[in-house]
Amino acid sequence: MKLYLKIWRQLNATSKGEMVDYEIDGVTEHMSFLEMLDLLNESLIQLKERVIEFDHDCREGICGQCGVMINGRAHGPLKHTTTCQLHMRSFKDGDTIYIEPFRATAFPVVRDLKINRTSFDSIIVAGGYIGASTGQAPEANSIPISYETVEASFDAAACIGCGACVATCKNSSAALFVGAKITHLALLPQGKIEASKRVLTMVDQMDTEGFGACSNTEACEVECPQGISVLSIAKMNYEYNKALIMKK
Amino acid sequence: MIDSKIPDGPLADKWNTYKAKAKLVNPANRKKLTVIVVGTGLAGSSCAASLAEQGYNIQSFCFQDSPRRAHSVAAQGGVNAVKNYKNDGDSVFRMFYDTIKGGDFRSREANVYRLAECSASLIDQSVAQGVPFAREYGGYLNNRSFGGVQVSRTFYARGQTGQQLLLGAYQSLLRQVNTGKVTMHTRHEMLELVLVDGKAKGIIARNLETGAIERHAADAVVLATGGYGKVYYLSTLAMGCNSSALWRAHKKGAYMAGVSWIQFHPTCLPQHGANQSKLTLMSESLRNDGRIWVPKKVGDDRLPNSIPEEERDYYLERRYPAFGNLAPRDISSRAAKERIDSGHGAGPMKNAVYLDFSDAIAAQGKKTIEAKYSNLFAMYEKINGIDAYKEPMLISPAAHFTMGGLWVDYELMTTIPGLFALGEANFADHGANRLGANSLLQACVDGYFIAPYTIPNYLSGELNTTKVTTEHPAFAEAENSVREQLNRFLQSKGTLSTDYFHKTIGRLLYEKCGLSRSKQNLEEAIVAIKSLKASFEKDLLITGDDTLNSELEKAGRVADYIELAELMCYDALQREESCGAHFREEYQSNEGEAVRNDTDYCYVSAWEWKGIANPPELHKEPLVFENVELAVRSYK
Repeated sequence: MKLYLKIWRQLNATSKGEMVDYEIDGVTEHMSFLEMLDLLNESLIQLKERVIEFDHDCREGICGQCGVMINGRAHGPLKHTTTCQLHMRSFKDGDTIYIEPFRATAFPVVRDLKINRTSFDSIIVAGGYIGASTGQAPEANSIPISYETVEASFDAAACIGCGACVATCKNSSAALFVGAKITHLALLPQGKIEASKRVLTMVDQMDTEGFGACSNTEACEVECPQGISVLSIAKMNYEYNKALIMKK
Repeated sequence: MIDSKIPDGPLADKWNTYKAKAKLVNPANRKKLTVIVVGTGLAGSSCAASLAEQGYNIQSFCFQDSPRRAHSVAAQGGVNAVKNYKNDGDSVFRMFYDTIKGGDFRSREANVYRLAECSASLIDQSVAQGVPFAREYGGYLNNRSFGGVQVSRTFYARGQTGQQLLLGAYQSLLRQVNTGKVTMHTRHEMLELVLVDGKAKGIIARNLETGAIERHAADAVVLATGGYGKVYYLSTLAMGCNSSALWRAHKKGAYMAGVSWIQFHPTCLPQHGANQSKLTLMSESLRNDGRIWVPKKVGDDRLPNSIPEEERDYYLERRYPAFGNLAPRDISSRAAKERIDSGHGAGPMKNAVYLDFSDAIAAQGKKTIEAKYSNLFAMYEKINGIDAYKEPMLISPAAHFTMGGLWVDYELMTTIPGLFALGEANFADHGANRLGANSLLQACVDGYFIAPYTIPNYLSGELNTTKVTTEHPAFAEAENSVREQLNRFLQSKGTLSTDYFHKTIGRLLYEKCGLSRSKQNLEEAIVAIKSLKASFEKDLLITGDDTLNSELEKAGRVADYIELAELMCYDALQREESCGAHFREEYQSNEGEAVRNDTDYCYVSAWEWKGIANPPELHKEPLVFENVELAVRSYK
């Protein structure tokens, strides 16, 4: 099939970007969206032009590195699907596709479609872990965890850190990302002792990084490739308020 | 003569003996020592976190935008550990034996025993970090069985075990960033190793965001950079996975071992077109319930559901009745290739076999199958647009895990003093074939439990040596060679892209040094690689400049792949036997099974780089088996 692409090109974080038009022919329905971009880049090389830079790595929906806005939607038209797992059978011959980077103040553009998501790491650095030093952990079965608890914890732990939740949020809020980590760790007995400190430092860091506040529109859950529930945001708020009270 | 430094004494005591005698560094002195860790997968993150906790300064590098993206994240099925929670007869010795046998008796006894010995601690460690492993209703840990074994020792977190283990290690790593003991360098690629007086003392890295070439000095260097299966272009690995760090170290004097032992995973989604960039793995756990078959009739074009039972060939159950669909990976992959090559392949490109769940659904109900594998079925439908509850999945073998890598001794140190290799980047533990669910284990055990003893043992000797800084001439020299290579790529005015060369070398290797090899094919491949190398020198076309430029990144990786591919062919050619992932067509039984030659090839092939114009030199590390009897590996 033949497609008309409008792709965001931008040299670096401080320069001005623009949408540039491209045409591509010979796209098949079996190709992934990123393979379609590979094909476009191959043709740019033959024209001796600089390729379009985009982030990607595992191409099986788990590393979280890929992700662009496709026709205004994070990761494209399908629900709960990363860009690398989106296939061209979702488009038809003659379509025009707008491709832009995930946009947020806390995610500056690196070049073209590549963005900097180090702010997510900084939030984890602030306290998104259990303080278990390596080498001398107690016997794993010494603390039983109920099936339901561990499954609920897993649902939140499955976050791949792609940033679609931020990109799709009108406030550029990282509440779903942070809520997921808070929920994952707070549900487990191993993580309970540090729960207050964790939620306070992580939420504080989230604000410092320039993410907006959550206003409960729930768009994040719709675009999350892992289908992480907005209830984790409620859990974060609950843990946060509890921690504030306990601190006083 | 290479010295593997295996401690004396009975097998079960070796690691304790080593730990008891290893030299220590006084806590006050640890802050004077710096270690560079390249790679942030399970091996890299766990090693960096562990050493930082002890008080060393860590410089951590990864090419992705975040350490959490390392390809360990993609492992699905599980991680093995001797806990014997099922009371089904598991023990350290049994796991040791399964792994030695699984590796076709081409791994080191002492390393494998240590792997099994440390496995239980990993489950404890991960649970303490918050890894949500599957649980029984009573709250205790659950586990399941995996290919190549007859006990239940595989712990799992749904189909995302690698992701959850990695997040645990990543969080431990970032916890140390918080303390200031770890400095993170994301979007950095190591392009050269720096040696001072023959010891590893630093690296040259390229900042992939700015293009800046940076010098980093340290008292020891750890390479935890994963495998190089992406040399085949189409593989289950992430697009960025590469061999460059290993290869640059190899050219500086580190030996590469078992290079041609590359596992082809039996349950991948088949190739569907010329522009495909990767193959997606489906968890091997599917083989617990799926039955594998092909049509009996050559070139049968009917839809799978319209082929009656008596016209189907369940070839794994037929050939390996004892293990059936759970036969080890090398055997299952080869059996699939044999059927496909003989004209029984299924799917539009006739390059696949069926993985059929209809019997399991009929016996257990769709709900039960959904509970076990729904995420995999959903993924399958997303990629292929086919509902595998209604018709069989199409699967095919694909390049996956590299058993080869940098040669390391018992301390995980390469032949370059101060250079360590961990996880998939080293050759140790797996022999000629890796059993399922042992890769996450090895990466973690290396990083959490072995390197934290062996690296300090080395560092204790570095305390009183003169500190090397990045002003040392060796850094300038290394930096120059990196700049020269990058300039050469940029100035190359050919017409072919890096991807063209990558795809070409990949196809060549797959045909000549893939699932099966022959003398003639390997010799042809070596000639073809030499001419591809010459073509790469003059026909390469790179657009863009020396700032952020993914084409320039790829060029360096492909240049290294071409050289590595040649070594793989030498390695495969020299080993005149069939073992594990290495199947030489000349050495097979009448039934088509691999025939090993323990009299002549019971050694590790460690290769030394001899310069671009010369063939590599082979060094042999004899494998001594004192605790197991070398047996024909039968899964019938």
